[in-house]
Amino acid sequence: MKVEISKGIEELKFALLSPEEVRRMSAVKVITPDTYDDDGYPIEKGLMDPSMGVIEPGLKCKTCGGKVDQCPGHFGHIELAMPVVHIGFIKEIYSILSSTCSNCGRIKLPEDKLKEYFERIKDTANKLSDIEYDDIVSEVESDASEVVICPHCHFENQKVALDKPTTFREEGKKLTPKEIRERFEKIQNDDLPLIGLDPKVARPEWMILTVFPVPPVNVRPTITLETGERSEDDLTHKLVDVIRINQRLRENRDQGSPQLIIEDLWDLLQYHVTTYFDNQTPGTPPARHRSGRSLKTLVQRLKGKEGRFRSNLSGKRVNFSARTVISPEPFLSINQVGVPAKAARELTVTETVTEHNFERLKELIKNGPGKEEEIYRPGVNYVYRADGSRIKISEKNAGEVAEKMELGWQIERQMEDGDIVLFNRQPSLHRMSMMAHEVKVLPYRTFRFNLAVCAPYNADFDGDEMNLHVLQSQEARAEAEILMKVQENFLSPRFGGPIMGAIHDHITALFMLTYRNPLIPLEAGLHIMSYINVDRTPEPIEIDGKKYFKGRDMFSLILPEGVNIEFKGKLGDKSLDPSGTEGTIRIEDSKLLNGAIDENAIGQSKGVLLDYVLRKYGNAEGAKFLDNLTRLAAGVISFNGFSTGIDDEDVPGEAKAQLREVGNEAVQKVEKLIENYKNGLIGMEPGKTLEDTLESMVMKTLSQAREKSSEIASHYLGMDNSTVIMARSGARANMMNLAQMAGIIGQQSIRGQRQHRGYTNRTLPHFKKGDIGAYARGFVSSSYKEGLNPTEYFFHATGGREGLVDIAVRTSRSGYMQRRLINALEDLKVSEEGKVLDTEDSVIQLEYGEDGTDPSRSFEGDSVDVDYLVKEIFGKKYGGKK
Amino acid sequence: MHEMVPEHWLVSVKEEEKILKSLGVTKGQLPKIRKSDPVVKALEKVEGEISPGRIIEIVRKSRTRGIAKIYRTVIGE
Repeated sequence: MKVEISKGIEELKFALLSPEEVRRMSAVKVITPDTYDDDGYPIEKGLMDPSMGVIEPGLKCKTCGGKVDQCPGHFGHIELAMPVVHIGFIKEIYSILSSTCSNCGRIKLPEDKLKEYFERIKDTANKLSDIEYDDIVSEVESDASEVVICPHCHFENQKVALDKPTTFREEGKKLTPKEIRERFEKIQNDDLPLIGLDPKVARPEWMILTVFPVPPVNVRPTITLETGERSEDDLTHKLVDVIRINQRLRENRDQGSPQLIIEDLWDLLQYHVTTYFDNQTPGTPPARHRSGRSLKTLVQRLKGKEGRFRSNLSGKRVNFSARTVISPEPFLSINQVGVPAKAARELTVTETVTEHNFERLKELIKNGPGKEEEIYRPGVNYVYRADGSRIKISEKNAGEVAEKMELGWQIERQMEDGDIVLFNRQPSLHRMSMMAHEVKVLPYRTFRFNLAVCAPYNADFDGDEMNLHVLQSQEARAEAEILMKVQENFLSPRFGGPIMGAIHDHITALFMLTYRNPLIPLEAGLHIMSYINVDRTPEPIEIDGKKYFKGRDMFSLILPEGVNIEFKGKLGDKSLDPSGTEGTIRIEDSKLLNGAIDENAIGQSKGVLLDYVLRKYGNAEGAKFLDNLTRLAAGVISFNGFSTGIDDEDVPGEAKAQLREVGNEAVQKVEKLIENYKNGLIGMEPGKTLEDTLESMVMKTLSQAREKSSEIASHYLGMDNSTVIMARSGARANMMNLAQMAGIIGQQSIRGQRQHRGYTNRTLPHFKKGDIGAYARGFVSSSYKEGLNPTEYFFHATGGREGLVDIAVRTSRSGYMQRRLINALEDLKVSEEGKVLDTEDSVIQLEYGEDGTDPSRSFEGDSVDVDYLVKEIFGKKYGGKK
Repeated sequence: MHEMVPEHWLVSVKEEEKILKSLGVTKGQLPKIRKSDPVVKALEKVEGEISPGRIIEIVRKSRTRGIAKIYRTVIGE
């Protein structure tokens, strides 16, 4: 059976332009080095001859009669007085010169050897790959260039040397391009395949230019400045040089000037032609503009990051987009984005006038384009009539145009609240890097969004900028709203959990609101609850004639109806709460009965409660919950206030003494270990040398010391301490960080080992040679609060640097890995039947993921969460999980 | 055979059409497997010569799906 293969490009062939072909395709022979005359008209047979195409609207091309947008442009040509070398073929010219005989033009190999090579090339039965062909060509070249006496005509050849950039020498004697061309003309067509040329499309002498193609004016347009001044393209400048020198060379040659002058001019022509192709040829000073800027010639147009390929073909720019700095706004929904009024006036949505929107659009046009100092009111910037002509709306003509408006007109309407836009932050590493938001036009100059949305974009507000794209068609808006809206991307396909959630102060605030169920005075409670979007308040309780709200009741307000869940919070069993119950969060019938709300309940990517709400009530309800949650948190924390300082890590004198004791004890223990080691009292652990055993024991001792200091610090730092609240609730930092500030920083390591590199037998000259004690190997017994001594500081810096280097190396490496993976998979698609297909409709997977499961809708890697279903259907008694 | 190598079965010529129809694909669309593939060589010892164009069924174990059946078309070399 024949396995079908889809269409593909089989072959690409590059050929050389012959002088005849250059003349044949030429529309004009350019002989004048000038562009325009004093009246601004292009000079006949000049560089801007209208036969080479038109760039000014209204004019017609002399060759094809087309106008600006119809005429593709036509080449012209320059007849060179003397031939010059094409810089792009220097290597090829050199290799042909060395491998052919200068007398008879044959490849300098004996007939039988040539035959042998021909056999290999012509072996059509198993078609040669391009690489194999290239290999044979270079083999021929290296074989033939060794030969001195030509096996065909027995001529004694001399060695040719390339004097960069463009001069060839034979035994010190200069070979002129003319001579090279004569030699190349002698090469037989039959020999060309062994040189790597196809005689049907290329001859070696065509690598030496005798006729010079002049690109169409479209390729090098004249720019007219506002002042009316004309400025020519760099290529045109270069062509002027070429023609000028070419003319002088011809005159001198025809007058029979001295050989020296002709040679100088010839070299100059070679220089101009070379820099016309590539202005960065090594060994050639770049041609410069009068201002000193080097000219951008052909190679520079294509090459590099700013070249045609990477900048214009691989990367394109779009309209209807904006970019500015971002900042936070907790009062926006996670689905919204705040757009500055200034941007909203520029960004437009194109609407076609129909019977249904006629009146609305008429009103919009009447609003005009609006003024910056006015309060924002959407208007219209441009109107397109049915015939395609454009009217710019100004304050003056707004009313007039509104009256004339007809069905079928296109209105470019300014942004209004509720428009759907795409919002993006680079690097766009996953699908959540570009999500759809609803617009809310706001004053000032930044894009704003809810803090919970920082996580999917990986954004912060230290100067980050983001891009916004306005959708232009109904289909695009509908698709974006269904597939790309923020709330539709709640669950990440990476781990199947909510990627958005409460962060930092949200967690701190709600933890403080629910930890030990505090009493909140009536007025304060009402103020805080005014932040959220609910229509009821909890029942206040009365103590000593004063009314209070309970914190947990206030939190319960934002829960959807029917929440029943019990799970372990961050405090767990080791709660600092004497009763030890704060770690179990129990919600029955949407009432928070027990526990402190913390990171495990509402935090991003681990919030159990958030996950529950999303799965049970859907994305819309989830978004509402998170919106209210961020507002409530903002209310609580701004009413109570919350701050921290270094004195949060103050510990009493007795604690300080204890910590010092722990440090000293550890150091002494290490010394004891080393002494035992020196006396041979330590036994080897399995799989380790004696030194390794000692190292691991020392490391263990020192890490125990740090743990101990952590315990002491935790003991003295209570829940009345801001930093402890943050650490315990999971808002930021952990207890170890606090212990490092208050107690002992601990061992500084490099590649998981104690610091050991540096001078001979010691890390720093401050220690004795051979000292392997705690301090000599990077143990830091000071705290961040006290400060480090110089050696400690140094070790700390080395450890810190390792972290930085690690991150730099890891991100670049994994980034490139991911890029390659994406490039390999980017055009796979999931068909309607759920098959994964490539662009040729070949099957990659018969069912997506071979199980057809959407990872963002799976449960911890399983397709269905059976326990949850059992619990929901049969009541919690039957729930499988504890 | 090694436990990490999933089960490979040769699909009989009679069944080929039925399977392709149920999958809604043509033979050419299926992923390929070389005749020189060690598994195909091993399978040839049991089934005799396997000519290019035959279909091989691969049965993989899957945590989420139990078993997943995949089909590949044998190609030359």
